[in-house]
Amino acid sequence: MNSCKIKSALSLLLAAVVLNGCSNDGSDDSVKILNVSYDPTREFYQEVNPLFAGHLRQQTGTDVIIQQSHGGSGSQARAVIDGLEADVVTLALSYDIDSIHDKARVISADWEQDFPYDSAPYTSTIVFLVRKGNPLGISDWPDIIKPGVEVITPNPKTSGGARWNYLAAWGYAWRNAPAGSSDSERDAAAREFVRKLYRNVPILDRGARAATNTFVQRGIGDVFLAWENEAILSIESLGPDEVEIVVPSLSILAEPKVAVVDAVVDKKGTRSIAEAYLQFLYTEQAQLLAAKHHFRPRSDEALAAYSNKFPTLELFTVAEQFGSFAMAQKIHFNDGGEFDQIYQPQP
Amino acid sequence: MNTMVTAMREPGWRKPSVLPGFGLGMGITIFWMGLIILLPLAFLVWHSSNQSLDDFVQAALLDRRVLHAYWISLSSSVVAAVINTVLGTIVAWTLVRYRFPGHRLLDAMVDLPFALPTAVSGIALTSLLAGNGALGQWLEQAGIRVAFTQLGIIAALTLITMPFVVRSVQPAVENLQHELEEVAASMGASRITILRQIVLPTLLPSILTGMTLAFARALGEYGSVIFIAGNLPFRTEIAPLLIVIKLEQFDYMGATAIATTIMIVSLLLLLLINSMLAWQRRRGQGN
Repeated sequence: MNSCKIKSALSLLLAAVVLNGCSNDGSDDSVKILNVSYDPTREFYQEVNPLFAGHLRQQTGTDVIIQQSHGGSGSQARAVIDGLEADVVTLALSYDIDSIHDKARVISADWEQDFPYDSAPYTSTIVFLVRKGNPLGISDWPDIIKPGVEVITPNPKTSGGARWNYLAAWGYAWRNAPAGSSDSERDAAAREFVRKLYRNVPILDRGARAATNTFVQRGIGDVFLAWENEAILSIESLGPDEVEIVVPSLSILAEPKVAVVDAVVDKKGTRSIAEAYLQFLYTEQAQLLAAKHHFRPRSDEALAAYSNKFPTLELFTVAEQFGSFAMAQKIHFNDGGEFDQIYQPQP
Repeated sequence: MNTMVTAMREPGWRKPSVLPGFGLGMGITIFWMGLIILLPLAFLVWHSSNQSLDDFVQAALLDRRVLHAYWISLSSSVVAAVINTVLGTIVAWTLVRYRFPGHRLLDAMVDLPFALPTAVSGIALTSLLAGNGALGQWLEQAGIRVAFTQLGIIAALTLITMPFVVRSVQPAVENLQHELEEVAASMGASRITILRQIVLPTLLPSILTGMTLAFARALGEYGSVIFIAGNLPFRTEIAPLLIVIKLEQFDYMGATAIATTIMIVSLLLLLLINSMLAWQRRRGQGN
């Protein structure tokens, strides 16, 4: 049993290289499932997992051990594509899960229909972090594209999370174009808006952690575009004397998604447990934990219990504004897309 | 030391060596090099051969942004390697020739850039050189911005590749024959002449080796640079970052195209420098 545990730990470490983890060879009657997730969910799942294990033991008498793997959402998706045997993936973008389907065919095409709310059990949104006292008086999106305001946001090409920042800005400008504008006029207004925004971005950090470092430790920038859960977390860890949150009038509903990796659970025979695990995320107790860890819960009761943490604001979804994340990715973030155009030298 | 080993090995190719174990040694060498270097790289090339030549050329050679990133990587690596060649040689010389308090500590510190995770080096450098950093604020007052410019990239590459030159040159300085310098001095040679005629020619092969290693390492360095570069397209974007960007779009083909190009360029440069070294060595033996 011990050697089995060591093997499992090793296989996690060498996940990208070693394809075979430790199979359930009968020496141990507990079932192991692997949840491949992204960075900011670590603490949330650390609390959910024992809760689900208890729930499952009570319901079915099965002992389950849930292993967690965290990293950048895109790299985690690539690890699964390259053969990391995840039973479930819980990633920051539907695009990352779509890509697992596209490249490796281990997840069915219509995975988003498998769980409620298009398989997004918890959400977040994009807010502003500003310096204590809000010296520039920033209150909404138009304030951050003014000349001279320095905005910190990671590179959307390398950071999945930062793509939401860009899409939030685009959606704001699109929806606030003068009444009666045509769709193409709205597109033009949004394009101009994000251009001005990224002209105010002095550094394109690789990921959210590096950008937080730039804003907080380096003291660079006036506004930091952040996921609400990360913003609340950084105020918790820094204390309220450094930075404060500004909630804009309108923002995007960021929807981290979950899916069962069909090929893996069918091979390991863990489908029922994996599905129960993801279903469990929608229960009241898991929703309360999500809210505790600063994700906006789907359940009204959980939201009410933490209402002071999540101010109400108008939220639009990726589906409403862009059709789907895959379409937004193609138009905005792929090579030669809208984002790259911002940086093309003017002829 | 380096040169001694090569000198002993070279005749082995032509006539039976008096040294036993050639077959076994060669077998292990081929096996190990194949397993650890050739196999992964062959996979890379095989991966990129899945795409048409047109796509490859388009992704790796025709995109202006990619070309610019090559230029940033290449020029920064050259500058970092040259800085380290000059200063690293002086450090190696000092560490071997002089004994002073803290000598051992300083000697051990040379390897620190190897031991540290490169991200740590990058973050430390950024803290130091950013506008609010201990050194950065002074430089900024003098009108020099280092962090988030190409200067920052060069600074990171210089830090990361410093040990290569020092560790290559150190053994050569140790093997320098003191007597030669003394004889030259007693025959009236000036210090500059001794340096130019005796010391530098002897050290040159190991200096060049160190420079090559430093340059090759700098070309591929990612972890430390990414924190200090600012990563703005057409300004401070390095080639390895573009690989990551392509991967982030699940564009495996584009990523392998750029990676293969960097690999081929590195290989050509290493071959060039190595054959220059061999030529120089033959010339030295001929005299």
